Amino acid sequence: MSTHIDSFAPLVNGKAVDLSSLPLLAAEALASGIGEGIGKGKRVIAYFGTNYEGIAGGRGIGLVAVLADDAANGLVAARTLPVEGGFPSIATAFPQVQLFEREIAEQYGLVPEGHPWLKPVRYHHSWTESDAWGRDRHAPIPPAVGDFYRVEGDEVHEVAVGPVHAGIIEPGHFRFQCHGETVFHLEIALGYQHRGLEASLAGKPAGLPGNRSMRLAETIAGDTSIAHATAHAQVHEALAGARSSPRADTLRAIALELERLANHTGDLGAIAGDIGYLPTSSYCGRIRGDFLNLTAILCGNRFGRGYVASGGVDHDLDEAERGALLSRLAAAEKDVTVAVSLLWDSSSVMARLEDTGRLTREVAVELGLVGVAARASGLARDARADNPSGIWRFAHVPVATAESGDVLARAHVRWLEIQRSIAFIRERLEGMPGGKARNPVGAPAASRLVVTLVEGWRGEVCHVALTGDEGSFLRYKVVDPSFHNWSGLARALRGQEISDFPLCNKSFNLSYCGHDL
Amino acid sequence: MIDTIIRFAFLLLVPPLMLGLINRVKSVFAGRKGPPLLQSWRDIVKLAGKGIVLSSTTSWVFIAGPAVTLAAILVAGSLVPYGPFRSPFGFAGDLVLFAYLFGLARFFTTSAALDTGSAFEGMGASREVTFAILSEPAFFLSLLALARLSGALDLNGLLLGPEGGFSTATAAPLVLVGLALGIVLLAETSRIPVDDPNTHLELTMIHEVMVLDHSGPLLGAVLYSAALRLFVLSSVLLHVVMPFRIGVAALDWILFAAGLAGISIVIGVIESVMARFRMGRVPWFLTGALLCAGSAFVLLVR
Repeated sequence: MSTHIDSFAPLVNGKAVDLSSLPLLAAEALASGIGEGIGKGKRVIAYFGTNYEGIAGGRGIGLVAVLADDAANGLVAARTLPVEGGFPSIATAFPQVQLFEREIAEQYGLVPEGHPWLKPVRYHHSWTESDAWGRDRHAPIPPAVGDFYRVEGDEVHEVAVGPVHAGIIEPGHFRFQCHGETVFHLEIALGYQHRGLEASLAGKPAGLPGNRSMRLAETIAGDTSIAHATAHAQVHEALAGARSSPRADTLRAIALELERLANHTGDLGAIAGDIGYLPTSSYCGRIRGDFLNLTAILCGNRFGRGYVASGGVDHDLDEAERGALLSRLAAAEKDVTVAVSLLWDSSSVMARLEDTGRLTREVAVELGLVGVAARASGLARDARADNPSGIWRFAHVPVATAESGDVLARAHVRWLEIQRSIAFIRERLEGMPGGKARNPVGAPAASRLVVTLVEGWRGEVCHVALTGDEGSFLRYKVVDPSFHNWSGLARALRGQEISDFPLCNKSFNLSYCGHDL
Repeated sequence: MIDTIIRFAFLLLVPPLMLGLINRVKSVFAGRKGPPLLQSWRDIVKLAGKGIVLSSTTSWVFIAGPAVTLAAILVAGSLVPYGPFRSPFGFAGDLVLFAYLFGLARFFTTSAALDTGSAFEGMGASREVTFAILSEPAFFLSLLALARLSGALDLNGLLLGPEGGFSTATAAPLVLVGLALGIVLLAETSRIPVDDPNTHLELTMIHEVMVLDHSGPLLGAVLYSAALRLFVLSSVLLHVVMPFRIGVAALDWILFAAGLAGISIVIGVIESVMARFRMGRVPWFLTGALLCAGSAFVLLVR
């Protein structure tokens, strides 16, 4: 019995390791190692290809896999020898890797052999000479064109929604196979927002002054700026062996929780709006703005742009700002409590949310869901508790979970997190540690690998960076929580009424550009 | 004569104001100032002055939809007595014409929706006729119960009731008919909890999704017909829930207007304090209307 998973190297969130400490396995061994790991309760947080040219003596394309062991509070990683042509797919047995394998196929032209549904993810040209589908290198690739899963029969009809939607939201294409009002299957095709983010980070020197990478990281998903920027800053710090001060860590955490508060409040309002429940919808729209304004006190920008910097934060908090934050937080807390309580007190709202878009714990495990969606299905997955970095190593927030996995559960988890985030921010503000807001960060080390995990409001934000000999990024991999969770939304719709789709969609509220990169 | 002129002035001018009032009530609950009362009128006038975009897949049916719907509801509106003022066109059996004018409007609205060939509009049309299977009989049974109560077979007679008003002995069936007509009103005018007139989510719509492709004056006609439908059905309901008259024409017109305002406010409050039903629950709600109307009828013929 081979146990490839045991050969994976242990990692710690936000600590760089030498590339050579990662075991070099054959692609088959890596795949079976991933399978064994999932069987033992681990989950895949990143699985991607990388170009080995740029490391001394390196050549070809290799694969890197990072798994999280939530129970043991650790990470493990391994990589492969250069892969030629294809690698074995394990997506049939372990659906959580299916999108990762498709992404590798699209980016590097390596075919995951035996993949059950090998379609492009973002509809762009391969980064290498080979194309997994044998397409012409120069012909344009129209997005979302190609096969969709179809259900045949006289009474089955197909409904296509998007990429242009009735509201002001991002583009995405949804293909429903329906029997009357019942959805048999939903397939989601994204990629319209692809802007080549990972490719534009690769080859750039890491963490140097004047580097644009922090600006890029902030806009990976515009509503998750703080989380992505924090993950990126921690990559810089880990590569340079620098460390942000406890004060900076605290300020980052406060900004992160404010981001969570604004988005969760907005989401609860949007859920209320979708079911035509006016009061919560209108009030939460305003209160979301109040939380955004708190972020503006912290950094001058309502969405937290420009706040997180390598080595700390860009702006220290003075005493007047601290007082303003505390008093306005208390006011917003009062308002949000009233607005959200209206939801739970209204029987028509409860009847509407209950049992809509149910996702069982088993499916959530199988698909490797993260964040609010996973916690609403009873999985206590939270990077702040499982793989903490920064101030989370010392300060704990209880993980909010619910059991039922329906829209109500996802709404309720948000409400619990709103309460806990407010309490956390208040506690942090009342005991701000001293120290500098920003420490200097030196040059990045060569030939390293670092994984950083930050629990954004939507779920776990994962950045993986590999540096080459020059200390510049050999590969920069971003996994937004949406990348894991879109398939959860598709599964939640099975057997539901098609008219429940907008509500289910809101309850996940996933990012299109976070997925499309 | 004066009353007939006022009748038609009411029928033509008041309906969009009811929508305006509903929106104002909802705004108050939402903590907003809300649009002016005349906003629906402004929208209709604005749309009347715009151009029309026609899809190349549509035929004359697409244009006939809003036109026939508007005409049918205007005719239906002229058959109903408003407050104590009788319709000048009443005849024995006009309740059948009345009910089927709504049927005709529905037929043309759904046909125009299907004419576009859009999956969304087809879905809306399917929902509309599915729910109509329940709301139409409820409406019919309500009218029949009223006919039985008043002994008249024309809308003037059955809605105004016997001389001296309905007797207190008939309170129970009247309450049931009032409930049934109230539910039918909410369903037919696509209000919460059945439909949400403000949503932008195609997949959840019933009525709105059927008119997505209409533009310009056609969309104006659709909006105006929706307001007329609300007005006509509200004035029917008023006879059951507010069967009072003063005897002085001017005061009776004011009372009638107050009644319409009252119904608008009630609808606005309902929309503000409750969420929509999930689509699968709507038939149960309409079955409730059917049962109320049926029970009223059974009570009367036992």
